[in-house]
Order: sequence, then structure tokens, then C-alpha cells
Amino acid sequence: MSVTYIDAIRQAQLDLLREREDVFLYGQDIGAFGGAFKATKGLQEEFPERVLDSPISEDAMVGMAIGAAISGMRPIVEMQFADFSSVAFNQIVNQAGTHFYRTGIPVPLTVRMPCGGTPGSGPFHSQMVEALYGHYPGLVVIAPANVSDAYHLLKEAVLLDDPVIFCEHKFLYRWLKSDEIGEPGLSLGQARIARPGKHATVVTYSAMVHEAVRAADSLASEGWEIEVVDLRSVKPLDLDTVIASVARTGRLLALGEAFPWGGVTAEVVSRVVAEGFHLLDAPPLRLNAKDTPIPYHPDLWASHRPTPESIVEKLRELLNF
Amino acid sequence: MSAPQIPVILSSSPSSAATIGRDLMRRTLRMMILSRTLESKLASLYKAGKIVGGVYLGTGQEAFSGSLGCLLDQDRDIFAPLIRDQAGRTAFGEELIDATRTHLGSAQGPMRGRDGNIHRGRPSERRPAMISHLGSAVSVVAGMLIARRMQGSLTGVVGATCVGDGATSTGAFHEGLNLAAVEKLPLVILVADNQFAYSTPRERQFACNSLLDRAAGYGVGGIEIDATSLVSCLTGIQTAVNAARSGNGPQMVVGRLLRLCGHGEHDDGSYVAPELKNSLLGRDCVENGKVELIELGYATAAEIESWQEEASEQVQEAVAIAQKENGPDPYCEDWRAVSTPGMQ
Repeated sequence: MSVTYIDAIRQAQLDLLREREDVFLYGQDIGAFGGAFKATKGLQEEFPERVLDSPISEDAMVGMAIGAAISGMRPIVEMQFADFSSVAFNQIVNQAGTHFYRTGIPVPLTVRMPCGGTPGSGPFHSQMVEALYGHYPGLVVIAPANVSDAYHLLKEAVLLDDPVIFCEHKFLYRWLKSDEIGEPGLSLGQARIARPGKHATVVTYSAMVHEAVRAADSLASEGWEIEVVDLRSVKPLDLDTVIASVARTGRLLALGEAFPWGGVTAEVVSRVVAEGFHLLDAPPLRLNAKDTPIPYHPDLWASHRPTPESIVEKLRELLNF
Repeated sequence: MSAPQIPVILSSSPSSAATIGRDLMRRTLRMMILSRTLESKLASLYKAGKIVGGVYLGTGQEAFSGSLGCLLDQDRDIFAPLIRDQAGRTAFGEELIDATRTHLGSAQGPMRGRDGNIHRGRPSERRPAMISHLGSAVSVVAGMLIARRMQGSLTGVVGATCVGDGATSTGAFHEGLNLAAVEKLPLVILVADNQFAYSTPRERQFACNSLLDRAAGYGVGGIEIDATSLVSCLTGIQTAVNAARSGNGPQMVVGRLLRLCGHGEHDDGSYVAPELKNSLLGRDCVENGKVELIELGYATAAEIESWQEEASEQVQEAVAIAQKENGPDPYCEDWRAVSTPGMQ
């Protein structure tokens, strides 16, 4: 019996609904239909009053959840695709993100963002949004890379008193499997060493953790030992773990699936340079998706985002400096 | 620009006044006078350079906003005001000191210097703190009501918010009201059709004959009133509040009036045609409200004069207290945007 990444997300929501009466789910087609990706399949049957279909109104969905959150509830909003959260941008960054600072009243809201690319999904069903929301104060931004984190970090997100942007990668939904969810390990805010090494550090998150591990595996045959750090949450960003890894390896590649201008990889490089410049034996590098909208055709898409091959190429550049 | 006619659906008449009652009319007029007095003082302070940021007044909208505040139940209802709702805020129980502290930058105000002036609120007292994005409070109030429904405490509760005609052009307004209608929530939305959104006349804002037409499109109950009349405001809004409270879903009240000030105190409103100011829409609801009460025999001119004096004293006191208080100290600020330590 194996558990997929999306099973873990569904299970976390089911357990939260069972454990807490203040949790409810709100989103498009999440009721009887079970959601576009089936993350809420069967949940409305057990909780008809707390699993609600919404109109196609992302702004109002999040506004409603904010109102409920400041009234004693812990809503989970499912964006059908993270891309559509642009419609809810104002409520997320200006209403939820500013609320605690302005009023002293926290907003325990979780917005689930099915993000990232899959072949054929195109420009409006593939985007990464963590850099966008990480930029704004008042939001916690999580991007789990494995089954256990998908479950435990979602539970932590919902129990947190602050608004959380929960970036779940669609490519991992059914492809990523585990024997079990497992016990909680690290806390929210702690990065994880996904693969130990000593010659270079790849700092990444979400689906790119797996691409980085593949790249590291292929370089291992040549004797290179690449360390892969999975950030788990991009805000807060666990710089201690990153710096400790760079201290071991002396080389940094910041890797992300998002667009290249600014963003998480730029933030990682900037912080490492500022706080660990003396640890670096080579200029730190970044690898992101290309600076175009995300293409529809699978062949174009596969070249738009970093791949194990392009990561290996970048790592060689780093190792050969 | 020609002066539009007011489609008075509810007019001031002794019979409608009788359904409101003497006490409610007296209380509402007092709140209107208090609001006008406070805002006049804030305008003076702004012109004297004593206020940081903008000052936005509700001059001419006191009857509309104040009636709502007086008709809501301060102990259980929700009121999300917008920028021209000083009268509604005061009537719903906000203390004057909250307004003066926020405008004068006291660290003891509800926003502690972190946000200003009309953005103030006390969400734990069911008064959400507005953001500048028009229409965005509609869904927030809907969520506060849905939470109560899930918690089993919605019975008898009404959530209310106010917008202007310009806000009805936003996506947030549309999405929020549609959501509230789908959920059949006890929501009352006041639309102050005050002829201008900042400087843009209503002809450039929407193409329907009346904003009331929109209510039908959402499946929402609606009524349009002459918002320069206190009797009209109380009668119309009472009808809407009662309908929402008794389970008839969201209710929209469109109030026809003219904003009797600029968009903010930085704006002289020179784009408002004299014909419009001199039309029935330009009637000052506070002065008209005084006449309405006197004609109905609900108050004497001397009583109203004493309310005015009392209001002046209250405002002076609230201003004096706030002026003595210190502003926020940036060196003592915790600069935390999330409540959980370590999450930033």
C-alpha cells in the first residue's frame, strides 16, 4: 500500500476536519466532485457543512476565508490552479498579509496552491507563485517536496495562526509515492538535507528537489558528491541550514522552477553572499525556468524548466570554476 | 451638467416617520451632528497641517451612514465601514477617541500608527479595519457571517458594509455580493450613489439607469432611497436590515445623494456643477434632518442646539486627549508582520 503526494494532502485535510471543528474547506468543485485533482474526494460526504463549493470568484473566496478566519475559523481555500490566485492577489497580500500588523488580530488562513508545470498545461496552469507571495510581508510560504512533508506541513500550516500560502506541486501529485506518511520530522521553518554531499550544494524546493537529486546521482558516477538542500518553506527561509551546507561544500547552486527575475533563488544567493561570502570557493550560480511564459507543447515545456541535464551542466560549471 | 431627478421611492412622510419612532430619529440626528462636528474639526486640523495622510469626510452622507449604524445591533451585528462612514461608525459604538487618535498619530489608537485615519477598525468588536481596495470588504463580511453559521451563532445577526457608486464597478464588489447571495447571507450593503467616484461622474462609471438594477442581477433584495432625508434613510434601511435579519438574504440599499465635499480634503471638488449642488440631490441631510425632526415634533430647535453644543464639547475633549499623546516610537516597534515567532 503506497501513499501519493495528493493522498497525503487529502488525508491531512480529512484529519484536520475530524480533529477540529474550526477547520473548513472552500474552493471550486471541491464538494461532491472532489476537486479538480481529487484532493477533497469524499470529504463533503462526511462534512457537508464544512466542505463548500465556491463560485468562480477567487477574490471573494479568499476575502470570505479572511472574514471567517478572524471570526474563529481556520479555513483552507483550494485554488483550482495557483495561476488563478492572481485574481485573489489583492485579498491575499493586502487584506490577509497586512491584517496582523495593522490590527494585532492574526488571520489563520491556508491557501492551497496547485502549482508548477506538467506536460501540456501551458502558460496559465503551470506557474510557480512562491516568489510572488514571499515578497509580501505577513505571509508564510511553504513548498513541500515529499509525501511526508505534504501531510505534516499542511497540518502545521492550518494550525498556524498566520496566513499560509501552501504551494503543492502538481507534477508530484500522483508521481510521488511513499510507503507511508510517516511521523513528523522537522518543524516548519527548517530545511532538510535531501542528499548529503561535500563538493557543491544545490539549494532548492518543491519538485526541483527530485530533479536535483537525479542530477546529483548522475554526477556521483564521476566522483562528485553533491549535497541537496530542500528548503521546505521559502518563507521563513532556513539560512542556517543553507550556510552550514555551503560551509561544507564551498559551492552553491540555487535552483528553482520559477521565472528567473528575482525570486527565491536570487534571495538565497543574495543572503549566502552577504552572510557567507568567505565560505564560497566559486561564484554562486542560479538556475531557473526561462524568462518566457510557460509553453504548452511538452517538448518546449521540458526545455523551459530546469532538467537533470541542465542542472548537471550548471553544476559542472560550478565545480570547474 | 443637468441636475438629475431623485427617484424617491421612499419619501419623507408622517406615516413612515411613525414606523421609525421618535427615539430612533432623535438618536440618529444626534449621531449625525456629532459626526459632522468631528469631521469639521478634522478638516480644520488637516488644513492646519496637524494630520498625517489624507482626510476623507462623509459630509452629506451622515443620514445614510448614521441610520445604518443606529439600526444595527452593537452587541451582535457586524459593520464594515468605508471612507464616508464616520456617522455610521459613531452610531455603531466607535468612540470618538479612536478617530482622533488615529488621525493625530497617537500610538494609543487602534492602529498604533501602523495604519491611518479611516482605515481604523476593531475586528474583535465586529468592526473590520478597511483596506483601500474598494469592494473588498463585501466578501470579508460574508466570511464573518459564514463563520457564525458554522459556529451556530448566526441567528439574528446582520453583517453590513458600505460602498460608493464607484466601488460597484469593481470585481471585488461583484464577486463578494454574488457569493453572499449564493450563500443567502444576512448581509446589508449600502451603496451611496453620490454622483462622483473621486472626480469621475456616474455616467462614466456605469451604464444602467439605477444601481438598484444590479441588485436584481445578483438575486438580492433592493431599495432606492432619497438619502438626503433622514426619514427616508431610516425607513429604507430599516426595511433592508429587517429583511436580512429575518432570513431573506442580502439586501442592497441605494442612496441617492451628492457628496458635499471633495474626495478628500486635498480635493476642492471644483468639478461639481453648481446646478447639481443646488438640486435636491445637493440638500444637506443634517440641516434637512433637523427640519424633519422639528416638523414632526420630535425635537425642538433649542434641543438640537444643545446637541450641537454637546457634540462640540465631546469633539474638543477627544482632540485634546489625542493631541497630548505620543506617536509610535520606531525604536520600540517590533516590526513583525506575522504573529508566530520565527515565521518571518
